[in-house]
Amino acid sequence: MTTYGNALTALGDPTRRAIFEHLAERPAAVVDLAALLPVSRPAVSQHLKVLKEAGLVRDAPVGNRRVYSLDPAGLTGLHDYLDRFWNTALHSFKERVEHQHQKEEHTDD
Amino acid sequence: MTEIHTAAVTTSIVVDAPVERAFAVFTEDMAGWWPPEHHIIAAPLADMVLEPRSGGRIYDVGTDGSECQWARVLAYEPPNRFVFSWDISLQWQVETDHAKTSEVEVRFIAEESNRTRVELEHRHLDRHGDGWEAMRDGVGSPDGWGSGLRRFASWVAGSSGSPGGTGVTASAG
Repeated sequence: MTTYGNALTALGDPTRRAIFEHLAERPAAVVDLAALLPVSRPAVSQHLKVLKEAGLVRDAPVGNRRVYSLDPAGLTGLHDYLDRFWNTALHSFKERVEHQHQKEEHTDD
Repeated sequence: MTEIHTAAVTTSIVVDAPVERAFAVFTEDMAGWWPPEHHIIAAPLADMVLEPRSGGRIYDVGTDGSECQWARVLAYEPPNRFVFSWDISLQWQVETDHAKTSEVEVRFIAEESNRTRVELEHRHLDRHGDGWEAMRDGVGSPDGWGSGLRRFASWVAGSSGSPGGTGVTASAG
């Protein structure tokens, strides 16, 4: 079972995001992804490992290749998205409202 | 531990400000605090406008002058209560069928003269229809899956670097 924090960390890296987006288009093997991206096969493997540990991708043997695809179970839905969103938004709101307050207090001095 | 997905998200925060100011900043200065990655408008965002009355609109304004209305004000009761609709579909498009939209209620509770508790409930998520529980339900759908995932990935990437990102927990947690 993945956690949202893992997914956040895993997708924070631009190369991993690119891999994730490629796999959203179609499943692929390491060699396919390395051909599409400006990174080496070992680097792709390492990124896939992180994505797999975060529960975002899964792999399965197809012939003599290992094919990676998105793991549907790791993808969060609207509830998780909004839970995350509103926590971020309310903290941003708090900063805004308290920052404005301080500014006005300074102005009053 | 398994989290049960309910059809509502609730969270709260306490801000060091009078209730009137908290309400005013929340409703009149949305562009000042709304997470910048989370806009449905296609053009770069210039402003967010809220018409301060029940029945008013909430819309994004693009730098090219385009407008995108994504919410309706359902209740506007300063300084204590504000309710608006969430007219955004699971495919990240404006939802024109109001029966398929959720709603957000925000309550502002004065704890002290300069301290306000803000309680937020985003409810009726199930009204968005099949698939609200998990994006995985979109795997088999040819429409929206790719763009939804790209939105998801870019949102996640955008959020991970923001202050208070991964350490934030919901009040219910």
